[in-house]
Amino acid sequence: MNLRTKAPADTTVVVGMSGGVDSSVTAHLLKEQGYNVIGIFMKNWDDTDENGVCTATEDYEDVIAVANQIGIPYYAVNFEKEYWDRVFEYFLAEYRLGRTPNPDVMCNKEIKFKAFLDHALRLGADFVATGHYARVDYVDGEHRLLRGKDDNKDQTYFLNQLSQDQLARTMFPIGHMDKKDVRVIAEAAGLATAKKKDSTGICFIGERNFKEFLSEYLPSQPGAMQTLDGVVKGRHDGLMYYTLGQRHGLGIGGDGDPWFVVGKNVEANILYVGQGFHHDALYSDALLASKLSWTGAAPEGEFRATAKFRYRQQDVPVTIAPLENGEVLVKFDEPQRAITPGQAVVFYDGDTCLGGATIDEAYRNGKRLDYIG
Amino acid sequence: MNYFDHAATTPMRKEVLEAMTPYFLEQYGNPSSIHAIGRTARAALDEARRSLARFVGATPNEIVFTSGGTESDNYALFGAAYANQHKGKHVITTKVEHHAVLHAMEQLERDGFEVTYLDVDATGTVTLESVRAALRDDTILVSVMYGNNEVGTLQPIAEIGEVLSGHQALFHTDAVQALGTEAIDVKVLGVDLLSASAHKINGPKGIGFLFIKTGVKLATRSFGGQQERKRRAGTENVPGAVGFKTAAELVMAERTERVVTYEALADALCGRLDALGVEFEVNGANRLPHIVNLYLPGIELEPFLIMMDMRGVAISSGSACTAGSIEPSHVLTAMFGSSDRTHQSVRISFGLGNSVEDVERLAERLSEVVSTFTNGVRK
Repeated sequence: MNLRTKAPADTTVVVGMSGGVDSSVTAHLLKEQGYNVIGIFMKNWDDTDENGVCTATEDYEDVIAVANQIGIPYYAVNFEKEYWDRVFEYFLAEYRLGRTPNPDVMCNKEIKFKAFLDHALRLGADFVATGHYARVDYVDGEHRLLRGKDDNKDQTYFLNQLSQDQLARTMFPIGHMDKKDVRVIAEAAGLATAKKKDSTGICFIGERNFKEFLSEYLPSQPGAMQTLDGVVKGRHDGLMYYTLGQRHGLGIGGDGDPWFVVGKNVEANILYVGQGFHHDALYSDALLASKLSWTGAAPEGEFRATAKFRYRQQDVPVTIAPLENGEVLVKFDEPQRAITPGQAVVFYDGDTCLGGATIDEAYRNGKRLDYIG
Repeated sequence: MNYFDHAATTPMRKEVLEAMTPYFLEQYGNPSSIHAIGRTARAALDEARRSLARFVGATPNEIVFTSGGTESDNYALFGAAYANQHKGKHVITTKVEHHAVLHAMEQLERDGFEVTYLDVDATGTVTLESVRAALRDDTILVSVMYGNNEVGTLQPIAEIGEVLSGHQALFHTDAVQALGTEAIDVKVLGVDLLSASAHKINGPKGIGFLFIKTGVKLATRSFGGQQERKRRAGTENVPGAVGFKTAAELVMAERTERVVTYEALADALCGRLDALGVEFEVNGANRLPHIVNLYLPGIELEPFLIMMDMRGVAISSGSACTAGSIEPSHVLTAMFGSSDRTHQSVRISFGLGNSVEDVERLAERLSEVVSTFTNGVRK
C-alpha cells in the first residue's frame, strides 16, 4: 500500500505538534503543499508544579498560535496513562536493573507511532507527520526509513523500532532540511515559535535535575565505589545515577588520569571505576541485544552493515547475526567504548536505517563484560 | 445551522448590535462625566439597569453590572463570605456548580472558610433534606445554581429559599444558564444574590450583573472610582449594558416560543436517534429545555468531539479541557460516580437559528460517528 501517490488535496495528515519550531514548520509546509492538515498536541506527562503551572499549557498555547497562523484546526489529546504504562514503567524498570534506558525510542514506538497514530487513523487521517529529522520513501514495494539530511540532527536512532505498517502512515516533512533552514522558514512565515528555544533532555524531566527526579521514583542505595581489582575509591549514591563511561560526579581526586565508570555489579551494589578515558574495561568487540525490530523485511543469516550504539555517534562497521531466539549478536570490526546496556543499537545500510535492538550484554574476546550483573 | 453549543455562548442578535452601535460611535460618553455626552451615556446605563431589574423582578438599585457570570459569582461569594465572617465561617454549595463557583469555594477554603458540598441524585438534583441537614448556626452563605450548564437539571431554588427564610445565611444562585428560557423573579425565589450574563442569551460578551438584594452588604472586591454605588469600580460598559438590556427584552417577548421550539428540537433529536438505532440516554431530568446531555455508550470523548468538528458540527462535553487534560465532568461524576458514563456523554445545546432539519442532520452525524466506535468501523 502506498498512499504517498494520493493527491495532497485528498490526503488528510495529522501533525503531532509539540509547540516547538520543528513541528510548527512541519505543519506549515504540509499546509503549503495543499494537504488537509490537522494539528494535534499530545499531552503525555502531567508536570503541573505546586503553583499550578504546567509547561504543557505553555506549549499548547504555542500550538494554538501557530495553528491559527497557518489556518489549520488544532486539538489536544491526552496520552498520560499510555505514556506512564508503556514508557515510564519501562524507564523505571530499566533503572532498577542498573541499565540506562532510552525513553525516546520507546515513546516513538509506543506513543507517537502507536497510540497517536491509531488516534489519527480513527479520525480518518491518511498519515501522521512529525518534526523528526528523518526521511521515508517508497522503493520496490518497501517503505524505507532514511537518515535526516542534517547529519548533526539525524533522529533515525530514536525511530529504529518503527515497522513497515507504521512507516507507511508516516511523513517527516522537514527530514530533507537543515535545522537552520527550518528556522529560516519559520521566521519567513512569521510563525510564533520561530525563535523558541529547542527543548533539551528527556521530555518528562525537562530542565530539572535528573538525580533529583529519579530519586522521587526509585529508592537509592548508596554503596561502594571500587576498582576492578577491589581497591575502594569511595562511595556511590546509587547505581542508577551512573552510566557507563561517565566521568563527572565521581568525586575521586588525586594524581593521574581522570576516573570513569567502567562497570556495575547490581547484586553486590558496587560501582566499578577505572582511570583514563580509554580504560581497557570500557572496550568490547561484540554485543548481544534483544527486542530486535526491522524497518523492512527481516534479513536472513549473518550480514554486514554499520551500527550506532548511541545518538550522535558515527556509525561503525559491524557484522550482524540474528539468533534463533529473536536476539541478535553484533560483532564490531574495531573494539567500541562504553557499549551501554539499555541503550539502542541501530543498524544502517548507507542512508537506510534497517532497524535496531536493545543492548543487553557486551563481550570482549568471547567473555561477557562485567558491566551489569 | 450546525452550532449546537449555545450553552457555551450564543450568536448576538442583530437587534442587539444595532442597539449597541450608537453607544460606541456617537454616544460614547463616560456616565460619570458632568457634560452632555456623559449624561446621555448615564441615561442609557440607567435605562438598561431598570429594564434588567424588571427582567428578574428586582429594583434598579439592586443590579450591579459586572464583566459577566464569573465575576458576578466571585463577587457574590467572596463579598458575602468576607462581609459576614464575624457571624460564622460555614458555606454550603453543591457538587454540580459551575467552576466559577467551585473554584471560588476552594479559594474560600484556603482562606479558612469551611465549605459543605451537597451531593446530588442521579438526575443531578439536590434535595431540600440535604440542605436542611447541612445548615448550621454558623452558616453564612448558601450557593445553589438555578439550572445546570452541563445537563440542564433545574434545582428547587424557591423551595431552598423557603428553607433558608429566617436563617442568617445569604442565598446566592447562579442563573446564567437559565435566563434564556426561565421566567425568573428574585422575590419568588427568595434569593439575596443572583448572577446573570448577557452572552448566553444572544447578548454581547463581557457584560453581566449581580443582583444584590436591598440591605445585603457585600465586602468590596474592586477599588477605584465610585461607579455602581461603590460596589464595582471602573468605567461602565455602556454599550454592553444596552446590549444586555436589548437581549433581555427579546427574551421576555419570545420566551414561551423559545421554550416550545427547544422542546420540539429535543424531541426531534431523540426521535431521530431512536429511528437510526443509536443507543443513548438523556442525562438529567427536569431540565432547561435548551440543554440535552446524551450518554452514548461506547464512545471515546476526545476523538468523538474531534470527529464531529471535522464534520462541521459544534457540540461539546460538559467541561472545557486545556492542553489535553481531560478531567471527567464533575457534574456527571456527582450524578453517576466514577463510571464510563462520565466520559461517554456529550452536551448538545440549542439556540436561536437551530431548526428541526438541523437537528435531524445532527442526529445523522451523531449516529455516523457513534458507529465508528461501536462497530469498529473506520472511515
